[in-house]
Parts: sequence; C-alpha cells; structure tokens
Amino acid sequence: MALLHLLLAQASAASDSTKGLTAIGRGIVYGLAAIGPGIGIGMVVSNAITAMARQPESAGTVRTTMFLGIAFTEALALFGFVLAFIISG
Amino acid sequence: MNLLLAAEVPPISHVTIWGAGPLGINKTAVIYGFATIATILIFVLGTRRKDALVPTGFFQNVAESGVGFVRNQVILSTMGPEGLPYLPYLTALFFFIFFSNITEIMPAVQFPANARFAMPMTLALTTWVLFNAAGMIRQGPFRYVKNSLIPPGVPAALLILIVPIEFISTFLVRPFSLMVRLFANMLAGHLILVTFAALTAGLWAMKVTVVIAPLSFGLLVAMTGFEILVSFLQAFIFSVLTAVYIGGAIHPEH
Repeated sequence: MALLHLLLAQASAASDSTKGLTAIGRGIVYGLAAIGPGIGIGMVVSNAITAMARQPESAGTVRTTMFLGIAFTEALALFGFVLAFIISG
Repeated sequence: MNLLLAAEVPPISHVTIWGAGPLGINKTAVIYGFATIATILIFVLGTRRKDALVPTGFFQNVAESGVGFVRNQVILSTMGPEGLPYLPYLTALFFFIFFSNITEIMPAVQFPANARFAMPMTLALTTWVLFNAAGMIRQGPFRYVKNSLIPPGVPAALLILIVPIEFISTFLVRPFSLMVRLFANMLAGHLILVTFAALTAGLWAMKVTVVIAPLSFGLLVAMTGFEILVSFLQAFIFSVLTAVYIGGAIHPEH
C-alpha cells in the first residue's frame, strides 16, 4: 500500500496548481513572443509592396529580399514557440 | 478505433525503431536516407548525357533548373560572383533540406525529418564552421575577428558596448537562429497538420461530423498546401542565409 502510494506520488510529480501555472506560462511566453514579429513582418511586407509598386522591374529582387526579411523576423517568434515547449512543470 | 492524441505516434511498429542505442534507425533517419539518395539521384541521372546542349530528360531539366536557381537566386543575388565556388555545397544543402522537408506532406510518411533538431543543429554548425573558416582563410584570423566585431564608422567610445553585442550576434546567435528557424518551422507545421488531422479523424470516429469536421478538414487541406510552400521556403532561406554569412565573412562591409 505504501509502495503504491509512493509510485503514485512519483507518477504525478507536479501538483495541479503547478500544471496550471505552467500552462499559463507557456501561453504568455508564446503570446508575448508573437507581438513583435507580427508587427515586424507587416512592416517588411508593406515596404516590399511599396517598392514593387514603384518600380515593377525590380520585383524579383525585392521579393527575394522580402523573403529574407520575413525569415529573420519570423525566427524570433519561433524562438518563443520553442521555449514555450521547453518550459516544463 | 484508436483515437489519436495529437502528440502520440500511431502504432506502426515497423517504421518506428529498428535497433537500439546510437546505431538504432528510426523514421527520421530513414527520411534523411531518402533525402540523401534523392539528392544524389537527381544529379547522377541528370548528368548522364554529356553532349546535349538543349536539356531533354526529366532529371536533366530538374538538375539544370535546380543549379540555375541556386546559382542566380542564392549565390549571385547575395554573394556576387566571388561565391560561385560554393555552388556545389549550397545546391546539395538546398536539395537535401527540401527533400527532408517535403516528406511532411507525402501521404504514407507525413513527417518532416527536420522536426527533430539533430540535423538542423548539425547543418547550422556546418554553416558556422564554413563561414568562420572562409573568413579566416580569406582575411587572416585576427583581421577577420576584428572586422566582424568592429563595424566601420563607430565612434571609439561606443565600442565597449558594441563589441559584445556584435560577438553574440555574429558568433552565437547566427548558428542558433539557423537551427531554430528550420526546426521550429517544421515542427510547428507538423503539429498543425497533426492537430487538424486528429480532430477530423476523431470527429469522424465519433460520428459528430456536423459543423466542425468539414471546416477542420478544409483547413487541413489548406495547411497542407501551405506546408509545401513552407518546406521550399525554409530550404531556400537556410541556403540564402548560409550564402549571406559566407559572403559577409569573405568581403566585410567597406
């Protein structure tokens, strides 16, 4: 009986409040991490659209640079995404 | 009917693990083997006819289009003609990452091998060694480090602030962000597809298919199409960033 109790205690190492707080923490981490890159990607793409509209023959170069800028800013949101999964509790 | 939790692998035991320990093979390793063989096959089968000026076979067209794409969009746009010696490595890198990403939407496989961070980490470390070695060989070690850490036109009083930031940004954040960008994009896409597929399958199994199941299925189809774009784009971005870092190491900003 004591052994069963010990096994159960080992199995659920986190109490309910810890699990709830962990879930809230994960949500906060990714939610806050997504604000900046959201605005940033919007700025990158809007400037790219303006550039393509002003000079249509440079559209290919602008498009390539736009994808590069999107990848850079999106990486920051993905750091938050990965960290949200890493948080354990 | 085994209702799938979004994070559990269905019991298809013949593809999960063969062997154990460091020599064990699992689904990820099989997909990387496929990506390697596919990359090699495209260029071996594409270069068989040595005297055809107009490309005529399927593999020859794919190989020449691939090399042309990497040469123009990846190297000449970012590094200039000085970077053309890196064309073989960047072509192999692009095709390898593309083939290991595109298995995410292949019907029997449904798993992007880059959703486990071992290979993205290895590729990012290879890029890191490559651009540092290229810079050190081209400029000499001390001049390369000095040119990396001290941007031109910075007043000397700010250097004590700028140099640690530049060090962390150039030598630590670059490989780490390469790894995380590829890994997290593939992981996020895979989780989205698994979530919507499990939702649709679960609703179908419980026969509650009124409102949510068609929407979930429609979004699954749309996200599968989006993941094709993301697979190609992540391979392209990894190659372009490798090219940009090598180019920045070879000729620093004047």
